[in-house]
Amino acid sequence: MANNTYFKHEGPWSDASKEFLCSDTGSWRTKRPLIDNDNCIYCGFCAIYCPVQCMEQLDNTFVPDLNFCKGCGICAKECPKNAISMILEREFK
Amino acid sequence: MKTKLNNKSEVKVMTGNETAALAATLCRPDIVAAYPITPQTEVVEKLAQYHASGKLDAEIINVEGENSAMNSITAASLAGGRVFTATSSWGLVFMYDAILVTAGARAPVVMVNVNRETPGMIAVSSGQQDMISTRDCGWIFLIAEDCQEILDMVIMAYRLAEDHDIQIPVMVHYDGFYLSYMAERVEIPFQKNVDDFLSVLKQQPERTKLMPGELLGCGSHGILGGYMEMRHKHCQAMERAKGKFEQINLEFEKKFNKNYGGQVEEYKLYDADIALLASGSMCGTIKTVIDEKRKHGIKIGLLRLRMFRPFPNEKIVQALKGKKCVGVVDRSLCFGFKHGPICVELRSFLSDIGDTKILSFIDGIANTDIKKDNVKKMIDLIIAGSKGEDVPEVTWVSYDENHGGN
Repeated sequence: MANNTYFKHEGPWSDASKEFLCSDTGSWRTKRPLIDNDNCIYCGFCAIYCPVQCMEQLDNTFVPDLNFCKGCGICAKECPKNAISMILEREFK
Repeated sequence: MKTKLNNKSEVKVMTGNETAALAATLCRPDIVAAYPITPQTEVVEKLAQYHASGKLDAEIINVEGENSAMNSITAASLAGGRVFTATSSWGLVFMYDAILVTAGARAPVVMVNVNRETPGMIAVSSGQQDMISTRDCGWIFLIAEDCQEILDMVIMAYRLAEDHDIQIPVMVHYDGFYLSYMAERVEIPFQKNVDDFLSVLKQQPERTKLMPGELLGCGSHGILGGYMEMRHKHCQAMERAKGKFEQINLEFEKKFNKNYGGQVEEYKLYDADIALLASGSMCGTIKTVIDEKRKHGIKIGLLRLRMFRPFPNEKIVQALKGKKCVGVVDRSLCFGFKHGPICVELRSFLSDIGDTKILSFIDGIANTDIKKDNVKKMIDLIIAGSKGEDVPEVTWVSYDENHGGN
């Protein structure tokens, strides 16, 4: 990334679809949201409140994009059904 | 300044503020957003008046403060519009985060800043402290001497800011209370000539802009190498701005028969042994005193800064080389340095200038008039310095340490 051809223009303009999502925020995560689909009522609060907008809706489930989820836990806090729990990353290793 | 009396549609007596508003109107901005503040208020009033009468065909955004003003016109500029705003002191400080973004996004915004003391002690008075407090924001800073120059400089500012090789926002500074409210003779150019002068920009490649539906973003890359690359590009563009301003100045002369001298104006410097370096409205008084002194055989000249950022060090070094003693007049302070801010910057090129004594004069703080006597006092010290006498490096001209101000 540290080269002099990163930007094509004089100003810091770039392709939003690639460059806006370039930050590796997933590497910051120490806890991972785990969704209990039996309790989930698909209200979408988690997706609305997610600061990095990483909650993806797949048919009738929500799945965090772990490339960007930084593990802040706001989704778990906002979930009206307490269907999301934050699990330490080491539990998945 | 050379001037021939053609190429103007009319001559009017106008205040600096009215001139600034008219200058912006002549440049046909698409979006204007400004919030009133002393001593700039009249600019906003006049813009509203021109808008109401149809003279200014622009979208005016009524903002609730300076921060919104700068954020909205920066966005409008990124969307491809020509924009204008005006502020002063507290207003400039209130939009501080926004002006940094404007510079970072390289949005070619043009703003006039009517110089006033900063909020420090609630000072409603003139001084260049607001300019100094924001000098490292990444904008190009120009400083006007009189009302006519405000008009001409705003027109030149658009050419500089929007130039495809530059794309840096430009702030045109003029002294509040002195120039802002002073009414003097201003020659107003024909609209067609201003249009012609600015039409050069239309022949350049179109700058990148926000487009609905396009996945194009600006300025969200504050990490790693991309940041460094943008900052490096910004600094290079700043260096290019010096030459570009000289070129614009020459083109301006061709079109309007006026030449202010580019980055700096040299006044009777060619044969001078000693010199003053100053900026803004005080230069009128300094020139008068220099004329008087020259009648008495004292070879003194003035170097007037028209561009403060980028700092025109090459021009300054060239102009001041070989002078025995140079006095720098600062209308602001550089806390932590004894010398005034412009003097500090000049001293950083001392090894290039050579064996020249540099004196710092601090005057004109908080509406203290820089009178002829003040300038004479400075010149006496410069003469003494040039003869090798022991003179203080820094002098607060209107302030006596034992007896206080004035």
